[in-house]
Amino acid sequence: MMQELRKERLDRGIKVRADSIYAISSLKEIMFLMGPGLILVFGLLVLPAVVSPYWQRVLCIAGVYVLLSISFGFLANYVGLVCLGGALFVGVGGYLSGILNAYFGLSPLLAIPLATVAGAFICTLLLLPCLPLRGVYFAIISFVYPLLAGRLIAATGVFGGTDGIAELDVLTNKWVNIYLIFILILVVVFGISRLVNYEDLGLVFRGVKDNEQAITASGLNITFYKAQAVFIGAALGCFGGAYLSHLYGWAGMSLFAIDFSILPVAATVVGGSGILYGPLLGAFLLIPISEALRAFGTLRIVFYAIVLVFFVVFWTEGVLEYVRRKYEQFEHWVRV
Amino acid sequence: MNKELLLQVKDLCKSFGGVKAVNNVSFDLYRGDIMGIIGPNGSGKTTLNNLITGFIKKDSGKVYFKGKDISSWPAYKIVDAGLARTFQLLRPYPTLPAFKNLIPPLYSPRARRTSRGKLGDRAAVSIDILEEVGFERDARVPYKLAGALPLGYLKRLELCRCLALKPELIICDEVFSGLSMSEIASMVPLMERLQREGITLIMVEHRLRELFKIANRVLVLNFGEKITEGSPQEIFNDEKVKEAYFGGGETYVFS
Repeated sequence: MMQELRKERLDRGIKVRADSIYAISSLKEIMFLMGPGLILVFGLLVLPAVVSPYWQRVLCIAGVYVLLSISFGFLANYVGLVCLGGALFVGVGGYLSGILNAYFGLSPLLAIPLATVAGAFICTLLLLPCLPLRGVYFAIISFVYPLLAGRLIAATGVFGGTDGIAELDVLTNKWVNIYLIFILILVVVFGISRLVNYEDLGLVFRGVKDNEQAITASGLNITFYKAQAVFIGAALGCFGGAYLSHLYGWAGMSLFAIDFSILPVAATVVGGSGILYGPLLGAFLLIPISEALRAFGTLRIVFYAIVLVFFVVFWTEGVLEYVRRKYEQFEHWVRV
Repeated sequence: MNKELLLQVKDLCKSFGGVKAVNNVSFDLYRGDIMGIIGPNGSGKTTLNNLITGFIKKDSGKVYFKGKDISSWPAYKIVDAGLARTFQLLRPYPTLPAFKNLIPPLYSPRARRTSRGKLGDRAAVSIDILEEVGFERDARVPYKLAGALPLGYLKRLELCRCLALKPELIICDEVFSGLSMSEIASMVPLMERLQREGITLIMVEHRLRELFKIANRVLVLNFGEKITEGSPQEIFNDEKVKEAYFGGGETYVFS
């Protein structure tokens, strides 16, 4: 007797009742649900180990942009704050860590976490007065701060002026360097994903994005919760800055470069907005593309722009959204 | 009368440009009452609601809640003191399931205070609250996205957000509007139950027939001014009210 087979979507049997409740009945289904997370974990842990030292360094820098993109994605998608403060976060974190290391003699392993927390606190204080602003107004203010900081340092000559703070201690072990940021990315991405989906505080953040008045009508001080979210976002950027200054051994005005504010937006466009992993993937694609285009010299920026325009015009959903759709429509053969 | 004075509104004024949206409105509200606020479209009912709850800044006038002057308090602090409100234009969190819509109010300092740290799992508490107000008819509804819920459930969800805060006074902004007769019929007992549980209610309404059944006192606004105040029966027979609604002259059946 011929055996009849039919194609069936794998996710149909898993999702029951609602989006967040699953009924799992086989190992295949468990693997289907856990697959993306496992790919991410193994990808991030194995990738730095198999590439050349030059690309390892590129990945380290890409890691900073990934953190910034996650910070941007978190604030924009889950709190409703369009924050272009990446450069501010990186600059404050980088300079703080540089000051702690060069002027107070703290080792980088102590200076980086200190600069992360203190920097996030300073950035939150700076952005506090504009938290009631929404959308593009908040974006403009957060964008202006780093420009202002750069001009101030150049004009007054504090912290080494235009020369910056040189000869910082670097982390000599290349594996510590690379896995410090890659493991942090994993912790952050799973941590934030858990926060916004399952923790009550994360639901309040999403409420802030969905409906500010309803949050106020729930007896919650909206500025306080926005400040908490900005603190989380700023801490990621400040860590990135502190890490960068010890990667280069130098903390200078280029830490306030607007690239740090703009690239996360581009990464979100390329990777796909709406989910946290989109900006992550986008940043991991864009930085290596930018590096690979170095051979073209100044034409590099043209190709780079073409890639971005392609995504904006022809592939608006972004890479990750496309992959996710295909993954969810994944079919397998079943006996009828 | 030895009932406790819960809310006192004195000479509240607000103008938008040249329009006096609320002009010298004063009233007293006693604990345990249901007060109706009625008036034609644009008469300032919702603005009055926004002024009392602090969502709009007052031009002048005072609001006292439980004897305290709350006129200049920020909106979240007024809610925190026990004066909750619903919105006429419903404000759910569309990307969250219905039961998760109640997590923010349950997370608030007031909910923590009133439960004295014995709140338990917030998701379980929120499903209990939802089932109390009519989500029990279909066990799946609390898990649906709020953006996909029909109007009747959204109105109840709006009320649930207030109930999660264990308030002393709820200002309901048109909870009946847009509902079918049978849905309204099921909301009326709910309102009466809230009153029995000791919650004072202000109901801003257009559905006069249902409102007059449950309200103790009714306040009538027209062009931002208080025309009159009294028991439902007095309002029903008041000539000035008929004039405000129908322009006077001819007599219509009031319903």
